[in-house]
Amino acid sequence: MGYIKINQEKITKEIAQELIDVCPFNAFDYIDSNLSVNSGCKICKICVKKGPVGTCELVEEKKEKIDKTKYKGIVVYIEQRNNIAHRVSWELIGKAKELALKTKEPVYAVVVGNNVSKIAEEALRFGVDKIYVYEDDIYEDFNVEIYTNVLSEFYDKHQVNIILFGGTAQGRSFAPRVAARLKTGLTADCTMLDITDEGDLLQIRPAFGGNIMAKINTPNHRPQLATIRYKMFNEPELITPNGEIVHEDSTNIKKETSIKLLETYEKPQVSDISDAEIIIALGRAFKKKKDLDLIEPLRKRLNAELACTRPLIENGWFDARKQIGLSGRTVKPKLIINLGISGAVQFIEGMKESELIISVNNDEHNKLFDISHYSIHGDIFEVLPKLNDLLDQIL
Amino acid sequence: MNIITCIKQVPASSKVEVDPETGVLIRDGNNVKMNPYDLYALETAYQVKSMSEECRIHSVTMGPPSAKSVLEEALYMGSDEATLISDRRFAGADVLATAYTLSQLIEHIHDYELIICGKQTTDGDTAQVGPEIAEFLSIPHVPYVKEIIDVKDKTILVRSAYDDYDELVEVAFPCLITVEKGLNVPRLPSYKRRIEKQDYKIKTVTMRNLKDKNPDNYGLNGSPTQVDEIFPPTKRTDSIKIEGSSDELSKSIVEILQESRFL
Repeated sequence: MGYIKINQEKITKEIAQELIDVCPFNAFDYIDSNLSVNSGCKICKICVKKGPVGTCELVEEKKEKIDKTKYKGIVVYIEQRNNIAHRVSWELIGKAKELALKTKEPVYAVVVGNNVSKIAEEALRFGVDKIYVYEDDIYEDFNVEIYTNVLSEFYDKHQVNIILFGGTAQGRSFAPRVAARLKTGLTADCTMLDITDEGDLLQIRPAFGGNIMAKINTPNHRPQLATIRYKMFNEPELITPNGEIVHEDSTNIKKETSIKLLETYEKPQVSDISDAEIIIALGRAFKKKKDLDLIEPLRKRLNAELACTRPLIENGWFDARKQIGLSGRTVKPKLIINLGISGAVQFIEGMKESELIISVNNDEHNKLFDISHYSIHGDIFEVLPKLNDLLDQIL
Repeated sequence: MNIITCIKQVPASSKVEVDPETGVLIRDGNNVKMNPYDLYALETAYQVKSMSEECRIHSVTMGPPSAKSVLEEALYMGSDEATLISDRRFAGADVLATAYTLSQLIEHIHDYELIICGKQTTDGDTAQVGPEIAEFLSIPHVPYVKEIIDVKDKTILVRSAYDDYDELVEVAFPCLITVEKGLNVPRLPSYKRRIEKQDYKIKTVTMRNLKDKNPDNYGLNGSPTQVDEIFPPTKRTDSIKIEGSSDELSKSIVEILQESRFL
């Protein structure tokens, strides 16, 4: 906590320029021989660490520390629709159990709905110590206002330490609402979770829209909240249930809302790339739709699913559900072949757990090569026709 | 009707890297632009305006003084008013502190029925600020709007895109919606609007103008999350790079696929 203080007596024109250059956020203004920090500052402390010595310092403000021992339990919010749990919930239980081994806490689940007893039993088989169930007719369909009231009531009553949400469309709308209600932090789309030496939840995600990762924690607020995309973690092994189902009373939880759900339209099923075993992923090197014909022989031969990066969705060539990446789907196939993909961190984080990664690109500094098992440095428009000829020759 | 659109200035390039030796962020130039999703939020506002009588659109942004340029762009596209909220005490704000600051600004503006945000920004990519603003204002929100179906006196009908389904919902004003890319075709800033707005002075609001003046609730102080460290993504150490003619490369691909029994 605090702010960056500039020691003005040490600031010369040259030093000011040096600091302006070192700051990645353009947060220094040098006007009339006076250097100031503007609101673009993210307190990344690079000026303190890498700027001319003694020119900038972080002034820390003392804050009252919360008593962390009062908060116990790692909770997974079980997202359900039509009384079927989203499988990301089970993956999160697996991760919660790993974290709980380090923090020596119980693992809980919480589910909101109508007639969700089957889900509660399923959660016990995945190994939670307790599942808290909130049931009411009005909870049949997800409603962000009403469900936020429930989770807030749940937290007030149980004072838990961590709550994990699936990074689904619904979860990404719901979790921020809960975070603001509870006035606590929330980290979106974590790709890794761990426990820090201080016992806080370590949240790792790509940052600043670039090819960098950030370690984030919530040092002085509870609960600690995070969303995690589907397929980021593995489902745990099923066990013989030894946990407990706790039915909570929801009589006094407010049920008013000004959002009226009029209709739901199911999207036509497309084969889900999240479950595909072999994927060919295409990037922006494909400029014309006709270029897609080039991959057809390989796709047929491998019986692969096609997937793509964001630009090809925007072209309208593929359904949005075919997009790999943190803003699309996370995949872990046995084989992924990346063709003409530049390798934004968004994409890489969505597929790096694949078992065998082959990437073809004519840019040898392409980031995807850093995480590929095989990096083929070549032009796809030259390599693919040759590859198709070879595929014709072998049986 | 009064509409507020929340917009943001973001880096024009996503080519940000961290120097593994020094830990310093390296940005490819200092170019900035309006968050692309916000263009759709603005266009949505202009279209709602054309569907309802007496509608005013107020665009707001939080950022350093240089972020005014996105407000100018909004004015030249079609916004009636523009306000920058800027204060060095906002430095280091995470999602919660950012959403809280914007909600305080919106309460300061006071008159609104509808708030429109882009689904997410391209620099943070969290999609969390919109819903958190709504919560701080105690109003409902509808995310991922892909179509405005109807604007009535007291409600708006919208269609939203979730992972495997769409929802048609009717929500009462005041409310906040976040919009998907591609629900409309954003107009370009026009020369005519530029002339019309040339004497318009963008308003600037600081913490002192807000109802809550407690600095503990803003910037780094008001941010529960803290970035401890930034680092480059991990690289494979066993990565094999293959060079050669396209004949050799295609042969290598076939060999790899045969070895791993995919062919």
